[in-house]
Amino acid sequence: MMKNVVEVRDLVVVRGAYEVLPGISLDVPPGVTGLLGPSGCGKTTLMRCLVGAQQVRSGTVEVLGEPAGSRPLRTRVGYVTQAASVYDDLTVAENLAFFARVLGVDRAAVEEAVDAVGLGGHRDQVVGRLSGGQRSRASLAVALLGTPDLLVLDEPTVGLDPVLRRDLWGLFHRIADAGAAVLVSSHVMDEAERCHRLLLMREGRIIADGSPDEVRARTGAADVEQAFLTLVEGAA
Amino acid sequence: MTPRTTLAVAGRVLTQVRRDHRTLAMLLVVPCALISLLWWMFEDLPGDLFDRFGPGLLAMFPFIVMFLVTSVTTLRERSSGTLERLLTMPMGKLDFLLGYALAFGLLAAVQAALAVGVSVGLLGLEVAGSVWLLGVVAVVDAVLGTALGLLVSAFATTEFQAVQFMPAFVLPQVLLCGLFVPRTSMPGVLEAISDALPLSYAVDAMQELVGAADTAVIWRDVVVVGLFALAALGLGAATLRRRTP
Repeated sequence: MMKNVVEVRDLVVVRGAYEVLPGISLDVPPGVTGLLGPSGCGKTTLMRCLVGAQQVRSGTVEVLGEPAGSRPLRTRVGYVTQAASVYDDLTVAENLAFFARVLGVDRAAVEEAVDAVGLGGHRDQVVGRLSGGQRSRASLAVALLGTPDLLVLDEPTVGLDPVLRRDLWGLFHRIADAGAAVLVSSHVMDEAERCHRLLLMREGRIIADGSPDEVRARTGAADVEQAFLTLVEGAA
Repeated sequence: MTPRTTLAVAGRVLTQVRRDHRTLAMLLVVPCALISLLWWMFEDLPGDLFDRFGPGLLAMFPFIVMFLVTSVTTLRERSSGTLERLLTMPMGKLDFLLGYALAFGLLAAVQAALAVGVSVGLLGLEVAGSVWLLGVVAVVDAVLGTALGLLVSAFATTEFQAVQFMPAFVLPQVLLCGLFVPRTSMPGVLEAISDALPLSYAVDAMQELVGAADTAVIWRDVVVVGLFALAALGLGAATLRRRTP
C-alpha cells in the first residue's frame, strides 16, 4: 500500500452562515482520483483547502506530509481553477513563461507544457482570442510547469469535445504513471470509469470511496451514476 | 522577497501594457495634451498663471493615472483568479506589489519625461531646479498612485466600484493640495487635513522646483511622498490573503 498523498481529517469549512464542509475526512492515494458530485456539493471548496487558498474553521489537511498551503508545497502542487486563471492579453507562451519564472523552472518546461496540452499550434496566440476549451488547456498547462507531485484539477474537462476529453484523460494517466497524484473533480458521472479511484461527494460529505468496480459492486448498480442514486436514496 | 519574482511581475505587466496600444497611447499622449490645453487657456491672460498651475498638474498626472490604472488592473487580477493562483505559488505578497510599482514607476518616468519635455521645451515653463529632480518627483508620485490604487482595489468588488474610488480618494487631495487656494490660506482644519495628504507634498515639491528650488525642501517632500507610498504598499500587502473565505 502506497502512502497517501493527501490526508484530510475532520475538516470544517464555513462560508457565511453555511457549513460547506461539515467535517469531512478523506485520503487521496497516488494515481488518478475522481472527485465526483453534483454542483454545489463542496468540491471546489475542498480543492481550495488542498492548495491552501481556503480559510478553514477546524480539522487538518496534510499534503505530501506537510500542512496544506505551507511554503515547501508551493512548487509541488499544481492547481487549475474552474475558470481559466491566465492572462487574456498575453499569448500562451508569454503566460507560461511568466508562471515559469515565478516557479523558478526553466524555459524547456514551457515548451513541454505547451505540447502536453496540445496547444503547440497556438503558442503565440493571445489567450483572449482562443476558444473556451483552448483557454482552459492554457490554464492547465500552467499547472504542469515544474512537474508537480500533486495536480488538483477543478472540472478540467467541462465543455470540451469528446476527442479532447479523451486526450486529456490520457494526459492525466501519463502524469499519474510518472508518479504524481492527480485529483480531478467532475459533476459528470460518466467520467468515473476513467479514474483509478473515486470519491463520491454530496452536501459536503463523502458518500462512497473506492475503485469504480468496488463502488458499483457495493451498490449492485450497473454504472456509477446509478450507484450514486442508490447511495443517496439509501441514506435518505 | 525575491528579485526574480518581482522582476517577473514587472516584466509581465509591461508586456500587457505594451500589447494594449490604446492604453499606452492614452498614458503618454493625454498628459501632454492636457498641459498644452492649460497653457493655451492662460495664453491671453496677464501674469504667469501657467507657471503657477503647470507644476501642480505635472505632479497630478502620474498620481491620478497610475491610481486608476493600478486599481483596475489589480481588481482584474483578483477577479480572474490569477492572483489566487499566484499566491498558491512561491510568490511573496511584496514581490507582487513591488513588481506592479516597478512597472508603473517606469511607465511614469516615460510619461513624466514627455510631459516635462513639452512643458519646458515647447510651452516655455521655467524650471529653476534641475529637470532631473523633477523626474524623480514624478516617479515617486506615480509609485504613490500605484500603491494607493493597489490598496483600494482590495475594497472594491467590481471595476465600476474601483473607478468610484477615484472621486472619493483622489479628488479631495486635488482640492486640498494647495493648487486652488494656498494651503496656508485655508481654514485651519482644512490646512491640517491637507498636511496629512500625500498629494500636497507632491505638488509642493513641483512648485518648489519651478519656483524657489530649495533642494532641501524638495527632498523632504520626496521623502514624505515616498513614505506614504511605502505605508500604502505595506497596507496593500496586508490586504492580500493567501487564504480567503
